[in-house]
Amino acid sequence: MRAVITVIGKDMVGILARVSAVCAAHRVNVSDVTQSILQGMFAMIMMVDISDCDVPFTAFSEELNALGKEMGLSVHAMHEDIFNSMHRI
Amino acid sequence: MLNAGDILETITMIQDEHLDVRTITMGISLLDCCDSDIDRACRRVYDKITRCARDLVKTGEDIEKMYGIPIINKRISVTPIAMIAAACENKDMVRFARTLEKAAVECGVNFIGGYSALVQKGFAAGDRELIESIPEALAVTDHVCSSVNIGSTKAGINMDAVALMGQAVRAAAERTADRDCIGCAKLVVFCNAPEDNPFMAGAFHGAGEPDCVINVGVSGPGVVRAALAKAGDCDLTAVADLIKKTAFKITRMGQLVATEASHRLGVPFGIVDLSLAPTPAVGDSVAHILEEMGLERCGAHGTTAALALLNDAVKKGGVMASSHVGGLSGAFIPVTEDAGMIRAAREGCLRIEKLEAMTAVCSVGLDMINIPGDTPAEVISAIIADEAAIGMVNSKTTAVRVVPAIGRQVGEELSFGGLLGGGPVMPLNTSSPARFIGRGGRIPAPLQSLKN
Repeated sequence: MRAVITVIGKDMVGILARVSAVCAAHRVNVSDVTQSILQGMFAMIMMVDISDCDVPFTAFSEELNALGKEMGLSVHAMHEDIFNSMHRI
Repeated sequence: MLNAGDILETITMIQDEHLDVRTITMGISLLDCCDSDIDRACRRVYDKITRCARDLVKTGEDIEKMYGIPIINKRISVTPIAMIAAACENKDMVRFARTLEKAAVECGVNFIGGYSALVQKGFAAGDRELIESIPEALAVTDHVCSSVNIGSTKAGINMDAVALMGQAVRAAAERTADRDCIGCAKLVVFCNAPEDNPFMAGAFHGAGEPDCVINVGVSGPGVVRAALAKAGDCDLTAVADLIKKTAFKITRMGQLVATEASHRLGVPFGIVDLSLAPTPAVGDSVAHILEEMGLERCGAHGTTAALALLNDAVKKGGVMASSHVGGLSGAFIPVTEDAGMIRAAREGCLRIEKLEAMTAVCSVGLDMINIPGDTPAEVISAIIADEAAIGMVNSKTTAVRVVPAIGRQVGEELSFGGLLGGGPVMPLNTSSPARFIGRGGRIPAPLQSLKN
C-alpha cells in the first residue's frame, strides 16, 4: 500500500530530514521524493510504502500533521488511491 | 507514476477550494418494522436504524482520515414514515419523529430524513395524519427532516396536498418562530422526488430501494470556480469542457469514498449524487461560479443560461466518473446557504421570479428562501404549485423549501447557523391566489408525447 506525503510551506533547513525521521520511526519506506516551487511556496512530494507501517495509517497521518503545525508547514499524508482515482481513467 | 502537478492540484482542491464529500447517507428500509401496535413499531424502527447505522459515523471518519478528504455529513434516510405508520391503529405520528430523533442521536448522525409521505395522486392511510403532524414533529426534534411529494410527471399534481402543505409550512414556521423558524429549513415539498437522494432535507429511502444502501453526495463549487478563474477569458464551449473535467475529478473522489464505505460497512453501494452543493463559506458558492462565467451578479439576465450550462456540464462530467449516478445530481441553488446568493438577494439583484426560472434548469428548486412572516398559507401553496408545475412538465425534480420569517418583513434577516446559513427576507407578489388554491382537486398529468 502506498501513500503520498505532501509538504507545502516556506523552505527551511531540515524539512526532508524531519519528515523522513517520522517515516523511519514507523517503518515507512520512502520510495521517491520530488521538490518544486509552487506559486512561490516550497512543495515536496514523497511517495512512501506504508505496508509495514507499525501504527494505523490515520495515526501516522496525524503525527505528520502535528509535525507540520510545529514547523509552520502544511504536511499531509494521503492514500495513493485518491490521486489515482482522480487523475487516471 | 503520479505527477507532481496532479498531486498538488488535488491538495489545492481540498485545502483551498473546499473540495469535500458533502454526505455519506445510509438508506435504511423500515418496511419490515410495520406493526399494528405503535410502541412495537417504534421499537423496531429504533432497533433497525441503530443496528444498521451503528458504525456509519466511525467508518465515515476513518475514511476521511485515510484519504485525507473531509466528509462533512453522515446521515440516514429511511422509508417514508407514512408507509410504516399506515399499519398502526394509533396514528400519533410524532412518536415516530421522536423515535427517529433518538436513533439519530444514538448513531451520531447530523440529520435523519424520511419523515415523509408520497401523495402525488392521493392520500393513503397515514398520509394526512403525517402531513398534519409535520409542524409539531419538526418543532420537537432537531435532527429529523421531512419531505412530502405532491406531484409527478406521471401522476400530475395533488392540489389538495398542495393546499395542506402551504398550511404545514406556515405552521412549522410559527412553531419554531423563537428559533428563527428553523422548522421550515427541515421541510421540503417535492415534485418528482428521487428515491435515492442523499441530500437533506429531502432524503428518504424509496420503496423500490434495497434493505440498506450507501449513497454519497459530492460537492465542490469552489473547485469549479477556481478552475474557471484560472482559465480566464475562454469561450463558453471551453467553459463547459472545463466544468466537465472538474466534475469528473470531483465525482471520482465521491465514487472512491462510496465504494470504500460500502465495502467497510458491508452494505451495497447505491449511487453517487453529482451535486454542486454550496455552503455559506467564502469560496464555496454556486453563485460565484455564475459570476465567474461573466455575470456581474447572480440574478442578472443571463443567469438562467449560465446555470443551464453549469448544470448540464456537471452531469456530463460526473456520469462517466461513477458506476451509478442518481439522486438530484446537478447544481443546487439554496439562497441562504450560498454566500454569493445571499449577497445578490441582499442587494435586490436576485429575486424569487428569477429563482423560479433558474429552477427550470437547475437540479432542484426554490431552496432556502426566506419570505415575509405575514405570507398567507395559500400564497405558499401557490409557490409550491408553480414549482411543481415546472417539475411536472419538464420531467425533472423540483422542490420548495421556503421559510416564512414569522414577525419579520422584507429587508430583515433570519440566521440558522451552520450549513443552513442565513439571509434576507425576500419580497413576494402579494396578489391572492386563494380561490385557485381553494378549488383543490388534481392537476392532470401532462401530455408528454404525441410521437406518431
